Parts: sequence; structure tokens; C-alpha cells
Amino acid sequence: MPDASNTLEQWEKQEYKYGFVTDIEADAAPPGLNEDTIRFISAKKREPEFMLEWRLKAYRHWQTMTEPTWANIKYPPINYQDIVYYSSPIKDEDRPKSLDEVDPKLLETYEKLGIPLAERAALAGVAVDAVFDSVSVATTYKEKLGELGIIFCSFSEAVQEHPELIKKYLGTVVPYTDNFFATLNSAVFSDGSFVYVPKGVHCPMELSTYFRINAQSTGQFERTLIIADEGAHVSYLEGCTAPMRDENQLHAAVVELVAHKDATIKYSTIQNWYPGDENGVGGIYNFVTKRGICAEENSRISWTQVETGSSITWKYPSVVLKGDNSVGEFYSVALTNLCQQADTGTKMIHIGKNTKSTIISKGISAGKGQNTYRGGVRINKGASNARNYTQCDSMLIGEDCGAHTFPYIEVKNTSAHMEHEASTSKIGEDQLFYCNQRGIKLEDAVSMIVNGFCKEVFRELPMEFAVEAQKLLEVSLEGSVG
Amino acid sequence: MALLEIRNLHAHVEGNEILRGINLTVNAGEVHSIMGPNGSGKSTLAQVLAGKDAYEITEGEVIYNGKDLLDMEPDERACEGVFLAFQYPVEIPGVSTNYFLRAAVNAKRKHHGQEELDAVDFLELVKEKAALVELDSKLLNRAVNEGFSGGEKKRNEIFQMSVLDPTLAILDETDSGLDIDALKTVAHGVNTLRGPKRAMIVVTHYQRLLDYIVPDFVHVLRDGRIVKSGGKELALELEAKGYAWVDEEIKTAATAS
Ligand SMILES: Nc1ncnc2c1ncn2[C@@H]1O[C@H](COP(=O)(O)OP(=O)(O)OP(=O)(O)O)[C@@H](O)[C@H]1O
Ligand SMILES: [Mg+2]
Repeated sequence: MPDASNTLEQWEKQEYKYGFVTDIEADAAPPGLNEDTIRFISAKKREPEFMLEWRLKAYRHWQTMTEPTWANIKYPPINYQDIVYYSSPIKDEDRPKSLDEVDPKLLETYEKLGIPLAERAALAGVAVDAVFDSVSVATTYKEKLGELGIIFCSFSEAVQEHPELIKKYLGTVVPYTDNFFATLNSAVFSDGSFVYVPKGVHCPMELSTYFRINAQSTGQFERTLIIADEGAHVSYLEGCTAPMRDENQLHAAVVELVAHKDATIKYSTIQNWYPGDENGVGGIYNFVTKRGICAEENSRISWTQVETGSSITWKYPSVVLKGDNSVGEFYSVALTNLCQQADTGTKMIHIGKNTKSTIISKGISAGKGQNTYRGGVRINKGASNARNYTQCDSMLIGEDCGAHTFPYIEVKNTSAHMEHEASTSKIGEDQLFYCNQRGIKLEDAVSMIVNGFCKEVFRELPMEFAVEAQKLLEVSLEGSVG
Repeated sequence: MALLEIRNLHAHVEGNEILRGINLTVNAGEVHSIMGPNGSGKSTLAQVLAGKDAYEITEGEVIYNGKDLLDMEPDERACEGVFLAFQYPVEIPGVSTNYFLRAAVNAKRKHHGQEELDAVDFLELVKEKAALVELDSKLLNRAVNEGFSGGEKKRNEIFQMSVLDPTLAILDETDSGLDIDALKTVAHGVNTLRGPKRAMIVVTHYQRLLDYIVPDFVHVLRDGRIVKSGGKELALELEAKGYAWVDEEIKTAATAS
């Protein structure tokens, strides 16, 4: 008899398709972390005094903290003095004037990732004017956004150009004292995105990191801040794949979202960093703090994430529902294969009246992957008529993987309405056989069933991202059936 | 050459021998009915023919269309024209019936070196076949079998069968759970598929179905063996006398010889 479990096994062992090393020169600070490192980073970025002070405060606070150990993940100790905290982007005058001058290895990388030609130039750091003439997509978009008063730039640029906005909002959602990794990020953050959508403006397009004109590498310590002023709407897409590295690589990003009265922010992520090999060697350690505040009434924040990469994922995109009638949403697909470990979920903090939150989490474990959902819902005393709906489903593929669920619920107001549903299932041999019996190959059947399982999350993604996500799962699920 | 030739087939599951030497020849154009008490191995035989890997084949062979069927993957068997209407069709949440069936149709076409069917042509095909078995086309936009009633699931199986146009169709208790009108429509769907190039194996407990799908042969399966075969009148006799009668017959035959 042909053996389906054999092919499943091969499937679990398949390697990271986007894994390859690109070797390009880097202008980096010596490894290690002290106040001088932070002054060096700040000076390199020509930051104003307030920024340096903030970084230093964070650094001093960080020294009093210890790394958290409560998550359901295992990894060797990280030596924070071994890490290089600054690696500078190429200066404008040193930038290539055209794609011909770009390191061919880098271009090859983009080709393997399937990044469109127009975007490759921007990502390769080609001087903007040389690539983006007035008809280019990105410039057109940038102009259009400018006309509407929307600010969309790198975080560094925002520090230079809009210091008043940075001063006003930075650290208001994730304070520099928040947690070990967020505090480290506050001290040494490299770069990231900044978005400000003014009153009443509906951003006419999805904002994607691809379209950031100065799209240099944002580094290990990404920092993003998005503000939607009264009545504003914005949808932001974050996506990444990283070159394969042999040593473990620490990433500690922070994302802060602020939604004012009647504003909506939708934040979608596809995360596909190098997951390590089948023995758990290499791979990114991804410790991320993402939080949004629905600061005033009728505001709405929605997180959607598709997490397929990294060897360790530690990530809880959360919403503080401060304004009355505000809405928080979290839609998540987390896939762990090989030796990947994910401890991910969300926190919904209900403060305002009539606040509503929805949590839909889909965890898929294969290989030796360990997948933990960790979710917290808190209904404060003043949050009358709060509602939460939580659904977390786990799917197991194979015998050596694991799924774990830790839902925490704290209700201090009796008018709260809470609903919780959870399920764990093995990918059904019967479902696979049913598909096979209709002529559908094993690997296609696995991908079809898993995609179906994730449907409720995928439909929350913007159209083009949904297609990408589906493709990504398919790639991650690609087997080697003969 | 017969379309399907089963010779001395033995199959185990978890250490128990379920099929204990099945012999059966099915020619193109024929309809065979398999009857037998609960647990006698009817579904096991159907699943073994479709290639379910939970069963271990310990002896025997199955030749389908001149090829060694047991050597083929389940999806390959399907693409080569083997269709199983399941006794218990499974649900696949989040995957629409349309999407699923189109993947199936195109897998089969690809296997035969044909071009994939585009959405428009597929929809046309599906509309026609859904009408044939009176399947509510709204069901096609719902996830495969999810929340379908028992009868809807069975109808969906026959609907898929007519879309996939198999050479050997195995129907495992497609009649159970159907009301009398549904039974007639399903039978009509099945009868439309009858033809000189196609064969069917119809597993059922009830003579009633065989009033509508009239078999050429009836076989009685008991403890993993075919213990009696006959024409369509055998089903009537079984209905009247029960399986104990078959046992008696066998005993008498044994003492007589
Ligand atoms: N996966 C399995 N594990 C253990 N026993 C099994 C398995 N599959 C089938 N069997 C056993 O094999 C025997 C035959 O089962 P099968 O489903 O083929 O019967 P059937 O003739 O289709 O019965 P019914 O008329 O009730 O549908 C039963 O005793 C059943 O319990
Ligand atoms: Mg049965």
C-alpha cells in the first residue's frame, strides 16, 4: 500500500524556500551595548537631543530588568554584549545611481523572493531620483498621499521632519519601561515606519513597507508608529522575508498604534523570517511588542497576522480599548514547522463602555513545531456592557508537534458578555483521504485543508496580501510527493 | 478483459483480518450489488479499493483496467476513474464545494494531459450536474459537507460522481439516510451514468434501492468473504429470509458435498 504518512514526513522536513545568504558590506558599530553605543547610534542618525535622552532613559531602565521567562519557549541564553546594535544604511551620495551599480547578489535575492522590478530598485537603495521618475507608481502614490496631508516615511525621517509628532506620541502606547525587549528596542531601535493620517482623511491605498521610498534595511530593532487622527482610516501592511543566517539573530520590534475619535487602523503582517533548519539551528528570535490604543470613542484597531517564519516568535499584538464604543480585533494564523516555537496571542484591555473585542487565532503545528496561544482579556470595572468573542483553534500535523492554549480572562464588571470557543484537531487522515479519493494529491490536499482552516483570518487581509498569504502557506506546506 | 478483477484479497486492520479472501470479477457495463450484515467488511472492501492506507493487504491482488490497482496511490486511482461515494462523507471547513470539486476535476484533467477547465466552463458543467441530482446550487458555495444534512451529503456524493465521470463507481450505502423522493433522484442520477464503458459496485442493506438501480449481480458478504452470488432476485430472497437463511444454505451445501 502506498504510505501517506511517509509523504507527510517528507513534507514536514522540507526546507525554507526563501533561505539564502546575501553577503554585502556593512558599516557597523562594534558589538556590545553601553551608553556610548547609544550615543553613537543617535549621533549617526543625527537625532535631536530629546531622542537621545529618551534612548538613554530606556537603556538605564533596561539595565534594571531581567529577561522574561514565562513564555512557553526554549532557547539558549542571549549574550546582549555579542550583538551589533548599529549597522548603517548607505549614505545618499554613496548610493548606486542605477540598478547596474547594485550588488548583483542582492538583486538575485530579490529575484528569488519574487519582488517586482520596480520595487527592487527602491529596496536596493538606488538613489530615488534615478529610479522613480514622475510616472513611477511609488512617486505617484507619495504625491497623492502628500496632497491629502498623509505623512508616510521612515521613522528616522520623521524624527528629523516631524519631531513634534514623535515627541507627542512616541512611547505613549508602549512606554520605554514596558518590557525587557520593548525597553531594549527603545534604547537601540534602528528604523521603521511612521504614518500620520490627518483628521477626516481616508487613506486611499494600502500602505506597504515596499512603497517606502527610503527603504533601507530597518535592522533588528524596528520601530513603527502609526497615528490616525479623528475620523481617519488607514490600512498598513508589513511583510518580510530574511536571508538565511547561521547564528541566531535577535529581532525586537515595537509597533505603536494610536486611533483617535472615530478613527480606524488596520495593521496586517506577513512574517516569514528564516525559521532555522530541521534541527533547530539558526533562525530568527523574534520578540515583538505590538500594541494599539483606541484612545477615544468609536475608534477601531484591527491586527491581522500570518506568522510562518522565525525559530522563536514571541508576540502579542494588543488593543487598549479606552474610548467608549471602541472595537479591537485580532486575527492570527501561526504556523510552526521544523523546530519552530511560537508563543503568540493578544491582549484586549476593556476600559471604555460598550467596548467590543474579537479574537480569532488559528495555530498550525507540524514537524517538531510548538505552537502556543496566549491571550488575555481584561474587562475593567468601568467598562460596562463590554463584549468579547474568542475563538482559538489548533491543528496538528504529524506526531511530534504540540499545541498549547493559555487564555486568561479577568472580568471586573458583571455586565460583560464573554464568549470563548476552542478546538484542537489533528489534520484528519479522513479529510486527506477524501481529497485523495477525488484525485487531489497529498500536498495539495494538505494545503487546501490548512487554507480552509485559516479562512476566517485570511478574509480579513487586504486582497493582494491574502493572495500572498495563501501562497506563503502553500510554499511552507510544499511537499515532495513524487 | 474484465474491468476489475479481485483475487483472493485479504486485508487486516490493527491485527484483525477483515477481508478474508474476496474474489470478484466486474466487467464494464455491469452493476454489482454487495449486501451483507453490519460489520461484514463491505465498507472495508470499498475503502481498500479506493486506497485507504489504514488497511494492510496481506494476500491477493486487484487488477483494474489491466493495471495493478494496489500499487497505485489513492489520488492516482481516482484520476484513473475509480470513484468512491463514501458511507460517511467528511467535512472540510473553509473549503467551498465548488473550489474543492474544481481542484478535483482539474487534477484528473491534468493527469490525462488535458487543459484545466476555466471557471466559466466549470460552472456550466456543475450547473448541469447539480440539476441532475436536484442538488441545491447554494450548497456549492458552502464548505464541503459542512453542516449539510445527511441526505444532502449523500446527494453531494452522487453529484460529485456525475461531475467526475468515473469508470468504476463504488457506492457505499448511498441510500441510507435518504427519504423516498431523494432516493429516486439519486437513483436517477446513478442510472444516467450507467453505460457500456462504466461499472458500478453498489453497497446497500436494502432491496428498496435495487428497485431503482437494478443490479446485474448480487453478492452476499459475510465475515470478509463473498458467500453467495446471484442475480437481482437474490436481493428479494435476502429481504424475505434474512442472512440466517444464507448461513443455512451454506451449511446444507457443506454437508451435501
Ligand atoms: N480502522 C479500523 N479499526 C478497527 N476495526 C475496524 C476498522 N475498520 C473496520 N474495522 C472493523 O472491520 C469490520 C468491518 O467493518 P466495515 O465497516 O467494513 O463493515 P460494513 O460491512 O461496512 O458494516 P456496515 O453495514 O455497518 O456499514 C468491523 O468489525 C469493524 O469494526
Ligand atoms: Mg459500511
